Amino acid sequence: MSEKLVNRSMMAALILLPWLAHWLDEPYYVSLATRVAILALAGVGLNLALGLGGMISFGHAAFFGLGGYVTGILASHALNYEPLFSGFIDIPGTTQMLIIWPLAMFIAAIAAVFIGLLSLRTSGVYFIMITLAFAQMIYYFSISWPTYGGEDGLPIYIRNGFPGLNTLQPIQFFMICCTLLLITLWGVSRLKNSRFGNALQALRQNETRVAAIGISPLGIKLTAFVISATITALAGSLFADLNRFVSPTMFSWHTSGEIMIFVILGGLGRLYGPLAGASLFILCEALLGGWTEYWQFFLGLLLLGVVLFARGGLIGLLSGEPKNA
Amino acid sequence: MTQALLQVSNLAAHYGVSQALFDVNLTILPGQVVALMGRNGMGKSTTVSAVCGLLSPSAGKVSFNGHDCGQMASHKIARLGIGLVPEGRRCFPNLTVRENLLMAATEGEWSLAKVCGLLPRLSERLDQYANTLSGGEQQMLAIGRALLTNPKLLILDEATEGLAPVIRQEIWHIVANLKQAGQSILLIDKSLAELLPITDECVLLERGTTVWKGPPNALTDDLKDRYLGI
Repeated sequence: MSEKLVNRSMMAALILLPWLAHWLDEPYYVSLATRVAILALAGVGLNLALGLGGMISFGHAAFFGLGGYVTGILASHALNYEPLFSGFIDIPGTTQMLIIWPLAMFIAAIAAVFIGLLSLRTSGVYFIMITLAFAQMIYYFSISWPTYGGEDGLPIYIRNGFPGLNTLQPIQFFMICCTLLLITLWGVSRLKNSRFGNALQALRQNETRVAAIGISPLGIKLTAFVISATITALAGSLFADLNRFVSPTMFSWHTSGEIMIFVILGGLGRLYGPLAGASLFILCEALLGGWTEYWQFFLGLLLLGVVLFARGGLIGLLSGEPKNA
Repeated sequence: MTQALLQVSNLAAHYGVSQALFDVNLTILPGQVVALMGRNGMGKSTTVSAVCGLLSPSAGKVSFNGHDCGQMASHKIARLGIGLVPEGRRCFPNLTVRENLLMAATEGEWSLAKVCGLLPRLSERLDQYANTLSGGEQQMLAIGRALLTNPKLLILDEATEGLAPVIRQEIWHIVANLKQAGQSILLIDKSLAELLPITDECVLLERGTTVWKGPPNALTDDLKDRYLGI
């Protein structure tokens, strides 16, 4: 089976299975598929930085959490009829996804520029530690910020709205998430095959060589890091709406690790890798989690197996193309 | 008097604590082909690294097309118009030939079609991954990639090393064509028989110091024996 066929089969399954579940009146499975789509989206974001650019960011939870908290904060202000800012004019909160998403992505982009400018001058283990440190800083800040729930988190009483759709219907919310995943996959695929994408992949192979042909390594890496952060923030925003709750856990290093696991399980640098990885992760959680609370032990074994014997990830294994071009 | 395209004066450079270059002097005029010569370990590639900003000079001056580029970042130096074909066919193996070529392409005299005309082997393999090319083809790819940045100066560092004689001849033919087209070139190569006929000026390096400069016909057997070990 070629990689293209594996990708298309996965996408078809992701789109069709929730409809089947909806038809069978099984909203739990629709929510499960929504979770896959959202976490895959977060993975697509990280995959751009990690898989294509070789930037081992262990702090993407910062952007995931920022997306979530922007959503939670805006919604809580709107639902409590409290202005977000009071002054010359009052700026209210909002429950409109079309306003929340760009704002969440914009705030994540600003954070990514700041974090990227400081961390991208380093590489290897230093880069990993700096990105982790930033995410942990935000994590502890969110814990100690009582205005928005502190350690207890912040509930979103009603899922935010989208014009013309009832987002409280699981299948309709799933379609929003799935459409955003599809659009992002298309965008990242275009980006991967552009000159920018080629330069980013070349940077992963040899930074000095790229600089010697007139391309600024920092400029390319920072741009990719920021795009990657905005995608992850969008996923964070959807995740907050899915759970109707945000908590500091979204910022924690566990979340960064989980997003990284989706990317590695599916196949590093492969466009649909995060979708495969997130699907496998959620399947493990749903199937093994019902059997034992130590299901993550088996996930660890699976990850070990992929890293040792299937370097192309799940997609490489299924397509018989272990090496990712 | 014509302004020098590249002017290297009293250049010194270190790798950590060990000094590799002591006093390198080099001038390249527009349209000139200059050969940087010397035995192994005399500082030829280190000089290229210092010129391209891959190694920071510790003393001396590197000026390219009127710009002082001694402490400039390497990508900025490349953008000034230095196209480097590094030692060892450094292509990006996981990108296709087309992607390798177009990645850093700029508007100018050299286009993909023109490069394919000069390097026909590449035009047949545009959609192949670079790691599937032969050594000679990878070298041509590195030359093509550098040309597509439309460089004012092309630097070829050991461009024919380790290649089959037929491919070497092909590469020398390409270099001769480039010279005829007026391209300024800095050449580093050990094949004197092919190098000297297309060179306008030779620069001899000995232990990181320029010891002789002159036209190829002034390169005596004594100099070759003393500084090139021939």
